[in-house]
Amino acid sequence: MLILFVLIVLKHIFVLLSCVPMENKNLELLEEKFQQKIDQDIKIEPNDWMPDNYRQTLIRQISQHAHSEVVGMLPEGNWITRAPNLRRKAVLLAKVQDEAGHGLYLYSAVETLGADREDTIDDLHSGKVKYSSIFNYPTLSWADMGAIGWLVDGAAIMNQVPLCRCSYGPYARAMVRVCKEESFHQRQGFEIMTTLCKGTLEQKAMAQDAFNRFWWPALMMFGPNDADSKHSAQSMKWKIKRSTNDELRQQFIDVTVPQAELLGLTIPDADLKWNESTNHYDFGTINWDEFWQVVNGNGPCNAERIEARTKAKENGLWVRAAAMAHAEKQRERTKQSA
Amino acid sequence: MEKFNYLLRLGDDSLILGQRLAEWCGHGPILEEDIAMTNISLDLIGQAISVLNYAGDVECKGRDGDALAFLRLEKDYKNLLLVEQKNGDFGDTMMRQFLFDAYRKLLFERLQSSTDKQLAAIAEKSLKETRYHFKHSAEWVIRLGDGTDESHKRVQNSLNNLWRYTDELFYVDASDKVLTKQGILPDLSDLKSLWLQEVNTVLDLATLQIPTNNWQFEGGRKGVHSEHMGYLLSELQFMQRVYPNMEW
Repeated sequence: MLILFVLIVLKHIFVLLSCVPMENKNLELLEEKFQQKIDQDIKIEPNDWMPDNYRQTLIRQISQHAHSEVVGMLPEGNWITRAPNLRRKAVLLAKVQDEAGHGLYLYSAVETLGADREDTIDDLHSGKVKYSSIFNYPTLSWADMGAIGWLVDGAAIMNQVPLCRCSYGPYARAMVRVCKEESFHQRQGFEIMTTLCKGTLEQKAMAQDAFNRFWWPALMMFGPNDADSKHSAQSMKWKIKRSTNDELRQQFIDVTVPQAELLGLTIPDADLKWNESTNHYDFGTINWDEFWQVVNGNGPCNAERIEARTKAKENGLWVRAAAMAHAEKQRERTKQSA
Repeated sequence: MEKFNYLLRLGDDSLILGQRLAEWCGHGPILEEDIAMTNISLDLIGQAISVLNYAGDVECKGRDGDALAFLRLEKDYKNLLLVEQKNGDFGDTMMRQFLFDAYRKLLFERLQSSTDKQLAAIAEKSLKETRYHFKHSAEWVIRLGDGTDESHKRVQNSLNNLWRYTDELFYVDASDKVLTKQGILPDLSDLKSLWLQEVNTVLDLATLQIPTNNWQFEGGRKGVHSEHMGYLLSELQFMQRVYPNMEW
């Protein structure tokens, strides 16, 4: 009996050991097929097999994107009640509402990857997951609404247009709609700046001041230099990312400098000049120390932004509980009357 | 003059409540409600634009909607006391909205038949939006009233605090009577009883009670506001007061 038992155990061990390389081989095959699909520009859909790292990278990236949309409502929300006329108030309300809508699509896209929306929001509140650093800068004047629309939404479009071709279907499709709306936002920002720059000396000064404060943080929105970007290479291979940080930043500068000149604004960079040989603008060194300080929580408004979002959730817990309790009671009532 | 005065009341209700709701932006209890409240705010600001621009035309003194919205003294704003009340918690905001929406839905239904074509058109457009607003706020009043013990207690408290501003919804003075004679204002004499009926239906489902203390305040329609109004206006008017006579 004992011998039989030992033999059975040994057989199981043997089978298990022989399976390991087979499983590895299966995994390799799956990964190979997955990469082939990506190389052929076939979209990956929620029920398709995907490497765990691909899934995790997307959850991180899309949830960061969703949080950026939602936290981004705060600096602009700061000026809705003080908008200078009724039209601007209505437009700003509509714009910030769009951002909230983008947050919703993106949280839905995260959920297609098996993540829970509330868990990802709790990760934002605990500081585990980041959002775009630009929203940690304060909005100090009405011109900041112009600068944000023009520069921040402009930079976001540069980042997001390539994502419409991202390998993950739900993210790519969400981006198509998001980009259409962002392009409106960028135009409304530029229109605010145009009106200010054509206005009184005070208005022009207000526009220049906002431009001075948002220019460098907008350049930082593209992330660290390629050499220092730890996620870039793999994301490019997976077509989650389709252009490098430095390529996008250069593209943004090349497009935006003539717009600033058209507005008559001075670019706050003494080293900025057109380079005939590269056909691009050369520009000064970005203050990466400031960038990392803001990323790591030391920006002017990091604490305020997270506090506002955490409070919104905490203050609303009783509302959620009420909605759930009412829904439950309704279900019971329907059951009883049936 | 009477028509101008009435349009100010209508436009100021939209403007001031729209301004209040906008304060929620980015702070709603859930993202869906954040969007809903800013959306309602946007509708109300849209109404304020149509009504106040029309008021400016009627006045014929060269003031447009912006001049009226941003450059009057507090005593010249004619909104209800109800709409200037602070947002409080989500229950306070939904109760304020519900009491107001129930009134505005009935009002716009009637104003559609005004002999003043412009006013009738504004009412027709606004009614479509207001029906959604009412559905939204009434559903929340029911959820909160019927939900948990805590939500019931909170929203009952909201009703107790806001009830005192509801008589003013039906404020009528000599100026309204002139407009009624001209057919600009349809007969609104049964509006209060219809409103009570609508409100009671929802409050029943929400298991909420109208407070026994029925002392009522009024003043907004005459330009006598609560202490909250000055702060609200200082935000609303900030840019126009600090940077006068500029295009934005």
